[in-house]
This record gives sequence, C-alpha cells and structure tokens, in this order.
Amino acid sequence: MSVLLIAEHNNKEVRPFTLNAITAASQMDADVHVLLIGNNCGDVAKSLSEIPAVKKVLHAEAAYYENYLAENFAPLVVKVSEKYSHIVSSANTFGKNLMPRIAAHLDISQVSDITKVISSDTFLRPIYAGNVFATVKSTDAKKCITIRPTSFELCETSGGSAPIEKIEAAEEFTLSKFIKREGVKSDRPELGTARVVVSGGRGMQNGENFKLLTDIADKLNAAIGASRAAVDAGYISNEHQVGQTGKVVVPDLYIAVGISGAIQHLAGMKESKIIVAINKDGEAPIFSVADYGLEADLFEALPQFLEELNKLNSIQK
Amino acid sequence: MKILVAVKRVIDYNVQVRVKEDGTGVVTDNVKMSSNPPDDNAIEEAVKIKEAGKATEIIAITVGEEKSQETVRKALAVGADRGILIKTEGIVEPLAVAKALQKIVEKEKPDLVFMGKQAIDDDCNQTGQMLSALLNWPQATFASKIEIKDKTLEVTREVDEGLETIEVNLPAIVTCDLRLNEPRYASLPNIMKAKKKSLEILTATDLGVDTTPRVQQIKVEEPPKRKAGIKVASVAELVNKLRNEAKVI
Repeated sequence: MSVLLIAEHNNKEVRPFTLNAITAASQMDADVHVLLIGNNCGDVAKSLSEIPAVKKVLHAEAAYYENYLAENFAPLVVKVSEKYSHIVSSANTFGKNLMPRIAAHLDISQVSDITKVISSDTFLRPIYAGNVFATVKSTDAKKCITIRPTSFELCETSGGSAPIEKIEAAEEFTLSKFIKREGVKSDRPELGTARVVVSGGRGMQNGENFKLLTDIADKLNAAIGASRAAVDAGYISNEHQVGQTGKVVVPDLYIAVGISGAIQHLAGMKESKIIVAINKDGEAPIFSVADYGLEADLFEALPQFLEELNKLNSIQK
Repeated sequence: MKILVAVKRVIDYNVQVRVKEDGTGVVTDNVKMSSNPPDDNAIEEAVKIKEAGKATEIIAITVGEEKSQETVRKALAVGADRGILIKTEGIVEPLAVAKALQKIVEKEKPDLVFMGKQAIDDDCNQTGQMLSALLNWPQATFASKIEIKDKTLEVTREVDEGLETIEVNLPAIVTCDLRLNEPRYASLPNIMKAKKKSLEILTATDLGVDTTPRVQQIKVEEPPKRKAGIKVASVAELVNKLRNEAKVI
C-alpha cells in the first residue's frame, strides 16, 4: 500500500511544513503520493514532482479550491483515498482543520500530531502539551495521521521526476465561503517555525520594555514569544503566547527573559534545542530546563546582550 | 436560535501531570479536575449570544464518566439552560464523541454547536471537525471572533498565516480559540441555581454508539529529561557559549 500526503501550499509555492510531512510519510511507506488540490497551481505540481521522495503527484484544480476550505478538500481526499494505507498531513492549522473531517467521513480514528513513526501502525505522540509521551497503535485498516512538523527533517526538494496525474475535482460545498485572509503584519519569522525565539515574561514589567527584546530579535532574526503571565498582564498580544494554551515551539535557540517557568510555559518550549534563561531569581524553575542560565537583572543584561551581538562580525540567521 | 455547547472534564491546566508507574496512563486520583479551558470560551460565547437576545436556549453537553456532571454544572452556572451527560467508561476517542454528539444534534436540532478547539489532555483537536463531517455541516475552527448575521455566521479564524475570515451557513459547528472572549466566573448564587437546572443522563449504549477505542495506547511515559545546564557568570560568557559551544548564533 502507499501513503497519500496532502500538500499544503498557497497555489504558488509549497508551504514548508509539507516538506516535513513528506519525510514523515516516507517513514510509513516508501511509496509516497502527494495530493495537490488548488487553483492554478501548476507550478506547485512541478516543484512537488521534483522531490525525490515523491513517487507520484495527483493534481486537482477548481476555482473553489483556491482557499483550501476543508469542506471542499475532504470529499476529494475521500474519493482518492481508496488505494492508500495512510493519509498524512502536517499538524498545523491546515492539517488540524482538514484531517479530522476526512477521518470522520472514512470512519477512521485519527492519530494527531505524531512526533515519531515507530512502525507503519505505531506512533509516538505528545499528550498533555508534551508533558507525557504516548505510544499508540492504530487498529483501523487505513490510518489518518497528522505529523508535528518540527519533529521531522525537511525532505530533499530537487532531483526527482515523479509523474503528475491530473484528477477530477469533487463537487463544491456551497454552505461555507472564504472571505479574506490577513497576514500577521510582521517582518519577523512565524513563531511556530522560527529558528530563534526571544520570549518575555512578567519580569518585563510593561509592554514598552518589550522593545529591549525586539532589538535583540531583530539582530537574531527571531520571533517574539511571551509567557501567559505577560499576555494576561497586557504587555503583548495573545498570538505571541508560548505554552500549553498558546503555541508549542521547538526552535534551535529559545531565550527566556524574565520568565519564571510555570508548568504551562515549559510545556510550550522545553523541546527547544538550546534554552537560555535570564532571570534575577536564581531559584526560578526556568533554570531547571535551561542549557545556559544567567542570573541577572534583565534591564542590565539585555542592553549588554545587544552590545555583545553588535560586536560579532556575523550572526547565523 | 438554539445552541449546543460541548464541554470536557480534564486535569486542571495548572497541575503537573504525572505518569503512572506501570505506564498505563496518567495519575488522576486526587488530582484537581476542571473544564477544558477553550470549552469555557465556547460556553461564554453562547451565553453572550443569548444575552444579546439572539439565542433562546443553551444546552451544555459532555461525554465522559459520571463525575463529568461537574463540568456540565459549571456550564449551567455560567448561563447554560440545561445539561446532558452521555455516560461512558475509560478512554473515548474523538470519533466516538462526535458520533454521540451527532445523535444529540439530530434529536435537539440546534442551529449552532460550539466547543473548544482542542482538549488539553489528549490534545487531539478532532471532535468539532469530525462532528461537522458526520452532519455534513460547515465548520469554523479556531474561532477568535464570531458575528451572527441573518442565516449565516461570519467567523474569524486563527490560522498560522494570521487571521482568516469565513462565512458559514447555519446550522454550523464552531470550535473556539482562547482569544475568542474572556470567560466569566460563576457567582455563588448562580452555582446554587445551577443545581436545580435539568441534567439529563444517557449512556453511549442508549444512543447506539460504540465507544471501543480504535487506537490502542501501548504505553505512556515521561519525556526525556533535559540534561542539567550551566549557569554563566556574564553576558559576554553567554554570547561566547552560544556562538562557540552551542553554535546557534
């Protein structure tokens, strides 16, 4: 049997999490077919066909596929799914929205947000916001799986030449309508995918002081994060919240400033590769997960940090 | 307009969850339980709609063990009119929950179904989408803003790229994000009043829903502990370590 991977894209380019999902899919079975559903997305089909791990691209076009409404995508995936043992997508808002709709249509109990493929039917997935890992085995004949993108490497994107097969669109679902999409107005990388995250907590004392963090974030091309305490205190808006009820991030470098390290915050960032904590309270729980801890007043440490970064002649971005 | 709100009883978000020694699950004995946080937003939104005169009845429903009544009672205390508990034993997967909810939707015929976008215990993020698939209704997931129009709903969704706005015809399913609103606390008099509200108890068997898990939980374990780090004495040392030891800047 083969794996059917649902591509996420914007009709011009493949979105990067698709590349992580292809890596995960190829660990379930080497025969990975990608289903591309969109509108005028021929360029995306071509770039998907060049991915060595992809053995075939199925390409469906319709005007109503432009904005990836799950209600339109799901019936087509269901129609195509017959020959496949696994249906896979990334566990970001695209896949989270879509996959359960497919799974319910197929009467399959979905396995969400896996971080490891143990065998073709057994997977590792975090529960309780990553405080517990569960090994689970799907007993459904066909599996619906979403994968945590940050737990799988990006696949190679060139050198392949998979055939592209055009397939017919499914009927339009007319009860839901896309209106608009507004991007976050920011030159910074997305919090969920940033290589570096600089986060502030209640220790920042007010919203203006976040400027100290944004200066450093500019230097490191980092996203800005925050603890729930900082969000609740109104220092920064909710989309920056890292933690159990916010976003789970796994950057190469996470810098926690003035964050004590409550359980719900640690749940959102403790899988980061390198963690730095800057806090004046040497007993703060954040130090128990930090690779490098600096016990200092952040209002002295942050300007010095910026100064030291300015001294470096190049910075990895 | 009638609104059905699905809620779930979970381990309180402030509790440090511990794994049982035999790896069969997590410790729940003597652990503080609460309603799933985004489900509080779902109830709050329904109550606000009713207060605005746009809804006539709110039904709070849960699928779970006997004690899940507490969670329904809490919803009744913040403004739901009556409650339903569908009693089950052990782990009930989202697909089975969606099937049970489907039965109730077919009976109660609500115009809107609200629930949290995700439960903070199993972190599945499936039930709302599954229910809308089973009913073939529109789905508006991860909602951070809801505007009721005549026979439609305009919903702003929290997506990775930012905010997305969609319009869905009623009846529809909405799954709620934490940003949707600020859930109120139940006042003591309302908690007392909620005790008198109707709470119907059914079983999954009554509804003809098979809740046998399809995904076996083989074991649960604690994630690997991070190795203890070091304290650095100065910012200069920190930057030096990040560059030359960790090689991340």
